[in-house]
Amino acid sequence: MPTMATDRVTEPTSLAAKLPDETLRKWLRDMLLIREFEVRSMQAYQNKKIGGFLHVYIGQEAVAVGTIAALKDDDPLITAYRDHGHALARGTEARYCMAEMMGRIGGCAKGKGGSMHMFDRERKMFGGHGIVGAQCPVGTGLAFATKYEDEVINSGRSRRVTLCYLGDGALNQGAFHEAMNLAGVLDLPIIFICENNGYSMGTAIARGTTMAEDLTAKALAYGFDSASLDGMDLMAVYDGIKPVVEQCRETSRPAFVEIRTYRYKGHSMSDPRKYRTKDEEQRYEAMDPIERFSKYLKAKRGFTPEANEAMIKDVRKEIREAIKWAEASPEPAPDELFTDCYTDKWGIYRGTSPPTMYDP
Amino acid sequence: MTRTIEFRDALREAMSEEMRRDKRVFLMGEEAAEYQGAYKVSRGMLDEFGPQRVIDTPISETGFAGLSVGAAMAGLRPIIEFMSWSFSLVAADQILNNAPKMLYMSGGQFPTPIVFRGNNGAGGQLGSTHSWCVESLYSNVPGLKMAVPFDAYDAKGLLKTAIRDDNPVFFLESERLLGVKGEVPEDEYLIPLGVATTRRPGGDCTIVSFGRPLYFCLEAAGVLADEGIECEVIDARTIRPLDIDTIAESVRRTNYCVVVDQSWPFASVGAEVAAQVGEVCFDDLDNHVIRVHNENVPAPYAYNLEQEMLPNARKIVEAVRAITYNA
Repeated sequence: MPTMATDRVTEPTSLAAKLPDETLRKWLRDMLLIREFEVRSMQAYQNKKIGGFLHVYIGQEAVAVGTIAALKDDDPLITAYRDHGHALARGTEARYCMAEMMGRIGGCAKGKGGSMHMFDRERKMFGGHGIVGAQCPVGTGLAFATKYEDEVINSGRSRRVTLCYLGDGALNQGAFHEAMNLAGVLDLPIIFICENNGYSMGTAIARGTTMAEDLTAKALAYGFDSASLDGMDLMAVYDGIKPVVEQCRETSRPAFVEIRTYRYKGHSMSDPRKYRTKDEEQRYEAMDPIERFSKYLKAKRGFTPEANEAMIKDVRKEIREAIKWAEASPEPAPDELFTDCYTDKWGIYRGTSPPTMYDP
Repeated sequence: MTRTIEFRDALREAMSEEMRRDKRVFLMGEEAAEYQGAYKVSRGMLDEFGPQRVIDTPISETGFAGLSVGAAMAGLRPIIEFMSWSFSLVAADQILNNAPKMLYMSGGQFPTPIVFRGNNGAGGQLGSTHSWCVESLYSNVPGLKMAVPFDAYDAKGLLKTAIRDDNPVFFLESERLLGVKGEVPEDEYLIPLGVATTRRPGGDCTIVSFGRPLYFCLEAAGVLADEGIECEVIDARTIRPLDIDTIAESVRRTNYCVVVDQSWPFASVGAEVAAQVGEVCFDDLDNHVIRVHNENVPAPYAYNLEQEMLPNARKIVEAVRAITYNA
């Protein structure tokens, strides 16, 4: 179980605290954007505008925003199906993500992926994956490729870091263990980030995972450096992950970071959350990362309540417009059924074409 | 100018030529590098290309098959060697759920140009877990291509094409064929995927097959020729795409069709080919399409039982007689 974190101001030693106002405000805005996007997605789902599975990131915003802030633009990232936060934090526009979930041609995957498959090639966002743990070996491949390109093709040194996100549930999958082992054996520049929200669907971590009370033991088994961070504190996330990223970049050695967080909603839309107490949920809601960071900016960065309100209004407007845009985007034409199955045209297959979000 | 080389050498030449041509191509697998390949297919490649391009893996099929998916998405062109296609079952999620679907799920953003290759089929008393014929199991999945080379010439030409193909290609070799010698040109050549070829012309009955069973088919054709039945043996070469046009053109001339497939009969490639021939050549067939498969049992160890399990020449001869009696 993620432990209750205390409010703290880490100024003297904090890396985040040294960053300019503009950067920190953008972080707050990104978290607000994700929160608003997820709230509206839930509404759209209840109104049957989104179908299938919907796994929202509400409560976990600081993890995506804080970790992605520590990356360079050409560092690859990959995650599982609770992926809207990562896509938005990386910079994919909300309207393309919303259109994707509404199954429209304007979506980032032309409506053929859905909520679990947010991809953005230009922003090095490699998905969005449905099978628990399956993204971990794929993540090692991303790290392998950056290292290969930098060292073999360009005769330089490995300089990019891959972030591979997984939930606490994925810790039990064979694919995770094989990925960790391969990363260690092949010296891959990858950081496995375990977003530990304490539950795999309805199963509390202690029921399914050995060493649940100290997940860094998983890293120890593979000889990796590790860290355990408070995911409800955006600055702690950034402060904790930044040195790990830079070390990985320097040494091309893998690492494992547990980030303790909490999802305020269920696993997905049909989950009544009977496996958690109201008490527990309220305790974590009191630690809302957005509230806490907003408080810090108001206390230390001259962020006025008016500016806060204006930011919230602006975010709501952006999401409203994203929804409007998405709803106006047409459904994919019947031909799309037969495109992107193969890159070439043969038989019934019609070759491939990229999503329109890259059109000028 | 041609020279005589083994099937395994043809595979190695294909990989080496493509790796020289394109630095994004790399080979990865168990014992592929320092051991010189479990079946000596990659002999010498580590010396030429170095350990960053010919890579030994731990025994971790899900791991390295998944690694190839990520590497391909990021722009590289992996060749993944399974020591046996039997071991690919461990990696099923990566090779069936990820590799063939990534382009589609990403709306055209991420092709996965990977070649998965290895030994397929009963390999001489290796027992039931090591004798898988995966063609029927995997060819069902849209998004992948599947090639089954017959000889050294085809092995090289098809493998070069597979490596250049931007889609995942499952390349099914046979341990029983690796030592078979054949004439291979010195100059570069490529064989396109999806084009069948005639291994033996004939006018009385079409036999369609791919891979090792073609040798049984040719043996059977020899026996039947002595009885006055001239079989046309068609090598499909690739299962996905399947060149139904070449097969149908033959059946329209011979009016009879036998399909030989070394995997199990139920829901098999043989059943698929039979169904397609039935649809396309209904008016030309003088009898139903008949299939010869492995017997519908796990592969036994005992030599005599395994030989009886295979779609051997005797069964193919019986099948041809069973349908052409009314000619």
